[in-house]
Amino acid sequence: MSTTTTPNLKAHEVPIPELDVLKSWLLDMLRIREFEVRAMQAYQNKLAGGFLHVYNGQEAVAVGCIAAMRHTDPVITAYRDHGHALARGLDPKIGFAELFGRIDGCAKGKGGSMHFFDRDNHMFGGHGIVGAQCPLGTGLAFATKYNDEVINGGKSDSVTACFLGDGALNQGSVHEAMNLAAIFDLPIIFCVENNRYAMGTAIDRCTASGDQITNRAVAFDMEARTIRGMDVIEVYREMTEIVEWVRSESRPYFLDIDTYRFKGHSMSDPRKYRTHEEEVEFEANDPIDKLSRYLTSSKLMAEEDIKAMSKSVRSEIREAVAWAKQSPVPDVSELHHDVYADVWGPFTGTSLPRYMLEKRSGEGGDADGA
Amino acid sequence: MPMAREIEFREALREAMSEEMRSDPRVFLMGEEVAQYHGAYKVSKGMLEEFGPRRIIDTPISESGFAGMGIGATMLGLRPIVEFMSWSFSLVAADQIMNNAPKILYMSGGQFGCPIVFRGNDGAGGQLGSTHSWCVESLYANVPGLKMIIPSDPYDAKGLLKSAIRDENPVFCLESERLLSIKGDVPEEEYVIPIGEAVIRRPGTDCTLVGFGRTVYFCEQAAEELAKEGIECEILDMRSIRPLDLDAIVTSVRKTNYCVVVDQSWSFASIGSEVAAEVHKACFDDLDNHVHRVHNDDVPAPYSHDLEQEMLPHARKICEAVRSATYNA
Repeated sequence: MSTTTTPNLKAHEVPIPELDVLKSWLLDMLRIREFEVRAMQAYQNKLAGGFLHVYNGQEAVAVGCIAAMRHTDPVITAYRDHGHALARGLDPKIGFAELFGRIDGCAKGKGGSMHFFDRDNHMFGGHGIVGAQCPLGTGLAFATKYNDEVINGGKSDSVTACFLGDGALNQGSVHEAMNLAAIFDLPIIFCVENNRYAMGTAIDRCTASGDQITNRAVAFDMEARTIRGMDVIEVYREMTEIVEWVRSESRPYFLDIDTYRFKGHSMSDPRKYRTHEEEVEFEANDPIDKLSRYLTSSKLMAEEDIKAMSKSVRSEIREAVAWAKQSPVPDVSELHHDVYADVWGPFTGTSLPRYMLEKRSGEGGDADGA
Repeated sequence: MPMAREIEFREALREAMSEEMRSDPRVFLMGEEVAQYHGAYKVSKGMLEEFGPRRIIDTPISESGFAGMGIGATMLGLRPIVEFMSWSFSLVAADQIMNNAPKILYMSGGQFGCPIVFRGNDGAGGQLGSTHSWCVESLYANVPGLKMIIPSDPYDAKGLLKSAIRDENPVFCLESERLLSIKGDVPEEEYVIPIGEAVIRRPGTDCTLVGFGRTVYFCEQAAEELAKEGIECEILDMRSIRPLDLDAIVTSVRKTNYCVVVDQSWSFASIGSEVAAEVHKACFDDLDNHVHRVHNDDVPAPYSHDLEQEMLPHARKICEAVRSATYNA
C-alpha cells in the first residue's frame, strides 16, 4: 500500500508504544466517537444548530497523527474538526458548549461546530471554507520557522500538521499553499484525510488522478506516501517517521491517508451516492474495534477492561453534555465583542474565552503563551 | 526645529515599513516582486539589501496563497506586511482577506487576532483597463473586523502606515499609483498618525467636500475653480475609512450646511452612499440640501485615455455637484 518516494524512512522500525499510550489512544478514539454520537443526538434535539460534520470512522487519523507530534507543534484542519480538537486535548464539555452556542464554548459560541480553536493546545481551528486552511497552515509553518531561525537565531524545530479532505484537492488555494510550502522549505505535513467523497461526489468523479493523489505532490517536488488510516498504530508509526523527517529536513510532505467517513457529509446527507454494501464493508474496519482487538488478542487488555473504559467514556460525555447545557447563552453584549482587538464605536475589544481565563487565574499568573 | 524634507509618497511608505522592521523583528514584507525587483512600483527599493531575503520575501503570483500564509503567520505572533501589486489582484485572495483575516478573532472567541497589513495600488492607474483599475474601498469597507486607510500625501502615508503596522487588527492600506511619485514634507523625526482621524485640507464656509486618497486632489482642483465663483469649499481628507471620522464631517457640515462626497468607487452601496446616509441622519436639521455624491461613472473602467479620464470623479463633476447643491444658498 505504501508508495513512498522518501529514502531512509522505515515506519516498521518505529516501536509500538507501551500499553499506557495505547490505552490513551483507545480512550481518545472512544471519546471522539461518543462525542460525535452525542453531538448528532443534540443536533436532532435542536441543541446544536448550523451544520454538523461528524468524524465517526476517521478517529485513527487525528489520534495517530497527533500522537506522533509534539504538543507544541501546530495543528490546523477544516470543518470536520471535533476529532482533532479532542485529540489535541480540548475538554469535551467546552466542545459541547460551543456546539450549543454557549458562552463557555471554545469560541464563546461564536464559532460553532466548524470553528473549534484551542490556542493552549496549539489547535489553530477549525476552518469552514474548503481548502482555506491550507494557506493558513503554510503561514503557521512559516511562522514557526521564522521564529526559530530569524528571531531566535536557531534552527527550525517545529512541524505543522495541516489536515484537509480529498475534496479540498481541487481547490486552487491548496495548490498555492503546497507550492509556497515547497519553495520556502516549510516544515508542514499536508495530511489528506482521503475518505473517498467530496461531500457526496466520489473521488473518481471529481478528482483527476484520484486513484493516486500522491501524484500531485510530484508536481511540487514534495515527498509523499499513502498509508492506511483505519489502524491507529500504523498511522502513528508512519506519521512518526514523517514528522521526524520533516523536522530535520524542514521540507513539506504530502500524506495520503486512506480512511472512511461512517456517517454522511453532514446531518442532512441521505447517502444515496454510495451503497449500503460499501458502508458495511468499511464499518468492518472500525478503527476502535481494530485497536481493541489488538489489545485483547495481545493479552494487553481484557475485554471487560475495554468495556469499563467505554462505559466510563459514556458517562464522561454524558456529564459534559449536561455541563454544557447549563452554560448560559452569550449575553447580547457579546455581539460586539471580539470584532476588533481595540475599543471604538460600538466595539468593546476582545478577551479570551472563559475556560482559558480560568486556567490562567488558576495558575496564578497571566501567562498567555500562544 | 523639526527637520522636514521633501520625499516621494513611495519613499514615505518605504520609510514607514523600514522603521517598523528595524524596531520589531516580527514585522516582515512579502509580495510579488518586493525583493529582487525592488517592488513593481519601487516602493520597497533597497529593503532587500537592508533586511535580507528572510524578511523581504518575493512570492509567486499566488495571492490567495501568500495572503493566507500571512494571516496564518499572525496566529503565531508575527506581523506581516503583504503587498498586493494592485488591489485589483486581491480579488483572487478574497476568501482569505475577507473571510479569514477580519473574522478569525470573532470565530475563535478572542483567541487569535490578526495583526496584518495588506497594502498596494488601488484605483485607476493609467489606461490599465477594467480588470486592473479596481477601487476596492467600497467592496471591502463593508466587512467588519478590518480597518482601512487611504492616505493622500507622503506625510499621511508614512504616519498612517506606521500605525497600521502596529495595529492589532488587519489593516487595508489603499495607495494610488497616480500618487506614488508626488512629493511632500516629511519630518526626519519619528511620528505616527492615528487611524480614524480626518484632517481639513482647505478651510471653507460654503460647502463641505468629503474626499479620501486621490479624490482629495480632484476636490482641491474643484475648490480652486469654485472659489473664483465665490463658493468657498471646506475639504475634508478622511484618511481612514474604517473607522470613519464622522464627527469631523458633522462638525464641518454644521458650519457649511452643504455636503458633497467624492468617492472613486462606484456609487451603488458605496462609501459615498454610507457617508451620505450618516450625514443625513446626523445633520438632518443642518442641511440646506441633500448630500450630493460624485463617483466613478457606473461602468467598468475603459482603456481609452479620454474615456478613462471622464469616468473619474474629476473636478468638473465636483463643481457641478457643488453648484447643484448650493444653488439655494
